[in-house]
Amino acid sequence: MTIETRAPGALDALVASGRRRRRLPRVNPFAWLIFILGVLYFLLPLVGTFLHSIRTRPDIFLAYRQVFADSKFFVGLGYSFAVGVITIVVSLLIIVPTAYWVRLKVPRLRPVVEFVTLMPFVIPPVVLVFGLIRVYSSKPLVLTATNIGSDFVLVCAYVILSFPYMYRAVDTGLAAIDVRTLTEAAQSLGAGWARILWRVIFPNLRTALLSGAFLTMAIVIGEYTIANFLARTQAFGPYLSLLGRSQPYTPAAVSLISFGLTWLAMGAIAFLGRGARTRVQVAGAR
Amino acid sequence: MAVATSQGGQGVPSALPARRRFNLAWLGLLPFFLFSVAFMFLPALYLVVGSFRNGDGDLTLENYSDLQTGTIPGAFLTTIEVSLVTAVAGGVFGLLLAYSVILGGLPRFLRTALMTFSGVASNFAGVPLALAFIFTLGQLSFVTVLLKDLGINIYQGGFRLTSKLGVELVYLYFQFPLMVLIIAPALEGLRRDWREAAENMGASTYQYWRHVALPILTPSILGTMILLFGNAFGAQATAFQLTGGTLNLVPIIIGAQIRGDVLHNPGLGYAMAMGMVAIMALAIGLYSLLQRRAERWLRS
Repeated sequence: MTIETRAPGALDALVASGRRRRRLPRVNPFAWLIFILGVLYFLLPLVGTFLHSIRTRPDIFLAYRQVFADSKFFVGLGYSFAVGVITIVVSLLIIVPTAYWVRLKVPRLRPVVEFVTLMPFVIPPVVLVFGLIRVYSSKPLVLTATNIGSDFVLVCAYVILSFPYMYRAVDTGLAAIDVRTLTEAAQSLGAGWARILWRVIFPNLRTALLSGAFLTMAIVIGEYTIANFLARTQAFGPYLSLLGRSQPYTPAAVSLISFGLTWLAMGAIAFLGRGARTRVQVAGAR
Repeated sequence: MAVATSQGGQGVPSALPARRRFNLAWLGLLPFFLFSVAFMFLPALYLVVGSFRNGDGDLTLENYSDLQTGTIPGAFLTTIEVSLVTAVAGGVFGLLLAYSVILGGLPRFLRTALMTFSGVASNFAGVPLALAFIFTLGQLSFVTVLLKDLGINIYQGGFRLTSKLGVELVYLYFQFPLMVLIIAPALEGLRRDWREAAENMGASTYQYWRHVALPILTPSILGTMILLFGNAFGAQATAFQLTGGTLNLVPIIIGAQIRGDVLHNPGLGYAMAMGMVAIMALAIGLYSLLQRRAERWLRS
């Protein structure tokens, strides 16, 4: 909400800047108090975790050294990263054509699609995994009996979890481009549906897709409930959970690293969305 | 338009919804619907059907009446209480925080910093969050020791991280950043014209907030608090890591029921899951309703 975008005329801008200058020196102690309280609450757990992670003596970085020497840490991170990448690819392959098709061809089904993408908020992860285990551990389709089957169910569950914000990100992206004109232009040049989606729509949605992808990654990397009940003990969430119960200092180091990874993903989203309207990135309950 | 349709033959798809194809257009959504059915609706349906069956597979409502037995009502009450407390406390504090950076005259960079941090903190939930609090407010941890040096022994005062209060304190870490994120656009949407109009008619700051700003914001505030309620109600990993499953919360009991039939009745477990879904559906439904009301003022 800068002056340039808000006030159309130069006079208005002048008035606004004058008002702004008059207001600036007025310090609002209440606002500062609230802000400082908020910062304290935000930072204390991080400081506490950091101090705990360097409690080892005489080598204060022992916990970090141990983490980076631990193959399970890298296995967990690698596994969850790979699951995240597959989740993102599958989610995009389903959501982009769907959102595109809804906009172009079947706008009257929009409420139905929106309702379905909202369902993962209604069905909490613990309930979703409950149902998934019951359905896919009995005949006719026993998937949870094998490792690869469980991995498959895990990815599918994460794809479902990604639907709400992936759909919203893609739909916002589609709103910003002229879907119909682009489609007709591509068609008049002889492109088919697959080509239109892949060469025209996908590239135009790059920013929206990337922010959806980063959020999905942030969620998949730290997810615990579904991975744990599907016995994916090597995944990063269950690995950290077990570490937290068995080791004194390394879990603090890993928690901080995990926070850093979340920060990286969110920073990437903020960087991608710079200049754009503030977009709320909210995932479900954990 | 007629030209476009007549060119649309020969395998080149038409962007216009032609009447003859319209009935088949929904087929394009089939992959999405099939996937949703296979990995969301079918599992949910399994729980629904199971919740209406007894051990012999006969239809029954017994599982739902059994929800009134044992620790289950207590679990629902505790979960609702924790969700309500963190939704209201997180909502109020998040609103004040968003107000202070957006309208409170703080330097602009603090607002950017807070928004970014809120994005991170609202997604920093689950196991690492629980661990961070254990390392900060646990028996021998940094803040506990610091407070003890100041003469306040919180553990002698009866505080436990594994208690209701402890869980609430931890949940707030992802609750109020979520409030900040969702309510910020609403606060930014309060137009200066409204304030000026009120001031021109002689309204005081209090009157402006009481009669103009708050009524406009109320649906947003209420709606977001309800969303926070659902957010806390569905959380499992954080509470489980924090308490090791000792606190009697609905998601924790459902988790135990998945591992082994702790309720000694599979149908009862399904009924409990349904109870959870019903409360979540109510929360999300109310949220969408209020959000739609809020947009009426803030969009135009």
